[in-house]
Amino acid sequence: MNKTKGTISGINGNMISVEFDGNIIQNEVGYAITGDDRLKSEVVKIQGNVAYMQVFEITKGLRVGDAVEFSGEMLSVQLGPGILGMVYDGLQNPLNELAELHGFFLKRGVILDALDFKAEWEFTPVAKKSDSVHAASVLGHVPEGIFEHKIFVPFNLQGDFKVTSIVKKGQYKVSDTIATIENDKGDKHDLTMFFEWPVKIPIEFYRDKLVPKEPLMTQTRIIDTFFPVAKGGTYCIPGPFGAGKTVLQQVTSRFAEADIVIIAACGERAGEVVETLREFPEITDPRTGKSLMERTIIICNTSSMPVAAREASVYTAATLGEYYRQMGLNVLLLADSTSRWAQAMRELSGRLEEIPGEEAFPAYLESRIAQFYERAGLVEFEDGTFGSLTIGGTVSPAGGNFEEPVTQSTLKVVGAFHGLSRERSNARRYPAIDPLDSWSKYVSFIDNKPIQYAREILRKGNDVHQMMLVVGEEGTSIEDFTIYLKSEFLDNVYLQQNSFDSVDGATSPERQKYVFNFVYNVLTKQFNLKEKDEARNFFNKLRQLFIDWNYIDMKDGEFKKQEAKITQLIEENSDNAEGV
Amino acid sequence: MQKVYNKILSVTGNVITVKAEGIANEELAEISTSRGKSLAQVIKLDHDIVSLQVFAGSQGIATNDEIRFLGHPMRVTFSDDMLGRIFNGSGVPRDKGPALAENLIEIAGPSVNPAKRIIPRNMIRTNIPMIDLFNSLVVSQKLPIFSVSGEPYNELLARIALQAEVDMIVLGGIGLKYDQYMYFKNTIEEGGAMSRSIFFIHTASDPIVEGLMVPDLCLAVAEKFALNGKNVLVLLTDMTNFADALKEIAITMEQVPSNRGYPGDLYSQLASRYEKAVDFDDAGSVTVLAATTMPGDDVTHPVPDNTGYITEGQFYLRNGRIEPFGSLSRLKQQVNDKTRDDHRAIMDGLIQLYAQYNETEEKRAMGFRMSEWDKKLLKYGKLFEANMMDLSVNISLENALDKGWEILAECFTPEETRMKTDLITKFWPEEAK
Repeated sequence: MNKTKGTISGINGNMISVEFDGNIIQNEVGYAITGDDRLKSEVVKIQGNVAYMQVFEITKGLRVGDAVEFSGEMLSVQLGPGILGMVYDGLQNPLNELAELHGFFLKRGVILDALDFKAEWEFTPVAKKSDSVHAASVLGHVPEGIFEHKIFVPFNLQGDFKVTSIVKKGQYKVSDTIATIENDKGDKHDLTMFFEWPVKIPIEFYRDKLVPKEPLMTQTRIIDTFFPVAKGGTYCIPGPFGAGKTVLQQVTSRFAEADIVIIAACGERAGEVVETLREFPEITDPRTGKSLMERTIIICNTSSMPVAAREASVYTAATLGEYYRQMGLNVLLLADSTSRWAQAMRELSGRLEEIPGEEAFPAYLESRIAQFYERAGLVEFEDGTFGSLTIGGTVSPAGGNFEEPVTQSTLKVVGAFHGLSRERSNARRYPAIDPLDSWSKYVSFIDNKPIQYAREILRKGNDVHQMMLVVGEEGTSIEDFTIYLKSEFLDNVYLQQNSFDSVDGATSPERQKYVFNFVYNVLTKQFNLKEKDEARNFFNKLRQLFIDWNYIDMKDGEFKKQEAKITQLIEENSDNAEGV
Repeated sequence: MQKVYNKILSVTGNVITVKAEGIANEELAEISTSRGKSLAQVIKLDHDIVSLQVFAGSQGIATNDEIRFLGHPMRVTFSDDMLGRIFNGSGVPRDKGPALAENLIEIAGPSVNPAKRIIPRNMIRTNIPMIDLFNSLVVSQKLPIFSVSGEPYNELLARIALQAEVDMIVLGGIGLKYDQYMYFKNTIEEGGAMSRSIFFIHTASDPIVEGLMVPDLCLAVAEKFALNGKNVLVLLTDMTNFADALKEIAITMEQVPSNRGYPGDLYSQLASRYEKAVDFDDAGSVTVLAATTMPGDDVTHPVPDNTGYITEGQFYLRNGRIEPFGSLSRLKQQVNDKTRDDHRAIMDGLIQLYAQYNETEEKRAMGFRMSEWDKKLLKYGKLFEANMMDLSVNISLENALDKGWEILAECFTPEETRMKTDLITKFWPEEAK
């Protein structure tokens, strides 16, 4: 096929206009050639014989008249074994390999293969000769980490085929031919263990998309108990800077009970990714006994990396997520932050001189955000197995004000909202998820009634607190005051969690159930507290004991001892009458 | 292969256009006007129409002035001879010293591969308790000081620069008032640090576009020194002026503004500078401290807001003190577990109590009766402000921690402090037990 060629006629920031001769495709990849550098670019608008392209690199030194080569392909990723544990940039360039070749800096114009073409994988065939297959049929599998990585008939082949040959079990490289297939018309294809798929097209090879029900445990108490996330669901974490979005995402990526976690560091600080990069290989995943990195993929397009690649990075992450979901796994995609992605769209839209919407965001912002979150889902495959892709995105609203386009568009399409509040983070109440504003449409693993009761206490406690600010403590009845202290107690010992502590940082579902039940008993109990100072002292002591308890491993002998101490303190101060 | 043109098509704000061919994006040009020579940089190309931003401003440019394209982007010299020298926003000496022209390096180079970054691990001690104890500064951190104009942010920057244990100081002044420039110069000279300092100074009276280059010049030089093993502290003041210069150019170029006139890429522009902060494995490091003035004390203003999302925390300077609320060092967790057992607990504990003090203080101001607990908090708040927040306090971290326990013991019983029991056993002052 003859590839189209063009020449640059204008340069404006990271956008170039290219006069071309021939045919091109929207979202086609092209390369702007300057000296020895080939700068990857994507067609974003076509007008007559002028293509507007966003360049994924710095455009310094490009000239009008420089040549552009079109590739004939849309922006795609390589799918095949060997993606787990990798660190990619937004365009799936492996960063560790790049560092080996070019040292400290990200050299411009370098494009590497995402997969290791030298590594050999032990392929076990499943399909047999003369089986009929189509796109996404399973040919066999190779072991990758603790999973069976399924080898599919490439998703981009259309129609039905028959397997004409398939290799025996053995060691193969990803580019080796492992099977050949043929259709009625006699079209033959040699299949390898990898293929390419355009990132902006969702992978939809399943029988049915189902309603997410089963909770995805994150081991963060306020989330799992009060504002749960479901496997295949979506959630967002908006919050002003410094409220702890990224720490919350990091904790989730570490402790969430998903098979695979994909971290899309999109336009945020490089330093934050580095912590993950350096620490994950050292941490053992308690559920598998292997390094945490073996279940992790990092897509890293940090704030100083080119903006256009940032726009692509969330799609790259979603595509990899869908690919692993196709193998029947539960995948969690954490995007930090979707606002940076939206800003990348805004920059591009501005350069294209499109009519701006609110805050200069493009008019299609809402639909793009919706499309992205819609790539999540719990799905049932042809063979009756299930897989899920859960998407959690942080939002960084300008000025911490949620009344802005990105937050509002996101809230419309997600299933849970974990709103972080400046007030809570200023008071060092972490995680700073606002317990009054946040919501989740998914069902908690703990019974609804006690949770509603606890939330009611929080609401009432807040009302009393607000009132006390006006009428003072002396104008508040002891009953109201006790409710306030109870809500503070719930907040201090259960909602707040020290994510830097090895025990308190992650609370297993069993422990959550156990401890929540205990807290619930305190909330419903009648105490014989007559004076406010007495009440405050009692709750101070109770809180102290409880926080110490939170730091003790459940398997430790001390756990029961501490519990006994708490129980004793409660008994000493409670009415003989039973709780409400 | 230098190309010379002498037909200027348009002059709008500080941007001029000329008809020229074979010009590269971001290439430099030199304009000779009746007022002298000025540099200009290519910012847009459309067929053979080239738009340039003129560093010296467009005042006095004649349509037939000569424009000579230099065939390279903005560069800066790099050598040990730069130490102790003062340059302007175009990299030209503004002291009386000789011009330096050898060993030119490109500015605004590629960003560091995240895979080559390392986890920050070294604390920079400043002997300011609000920093060392509550929000430790860490090597390779990027941190702004948010304040209203008029606050002593430049004084704070100078003090940190002198007290911090670093090899080199690079100061970038953007729209710096002349007296502030002299203040920095005198303070650093008196502190004996001039021989390890480099200044790039753009003052308020210089053409605004020239200030745009200052952060890139500072960071390019700092990065080179860091690669040669030096630990460099870069001070940038004031980044709001930098953002305003960006805004001016963007509006001139008829870009659609996103928020209060600032361009949509403000975040990326700021990030590409701040992200130059780095700790190179087996080499030196770049730490960036910047002043960001908040117009109208409004943290939601686009400049402080975008900055806050980029930097690793921020110090709020208000009423001459570093505010404990809102101030944050995101990297402190990397270092404050290696100092002393009680560092984190004291850090959190003192702040939570100070937050309660603030509530009580509000109630007191409204005339409510103070409970026993309230009285304790009031006492605590006063002690905390005097011994920790006051900027004149100059004590080591360890002394500050001890001071923290003393204050607690003076005001509260152990269980009122929410401290973990084992820490109380270990650190609660003897005389108070």
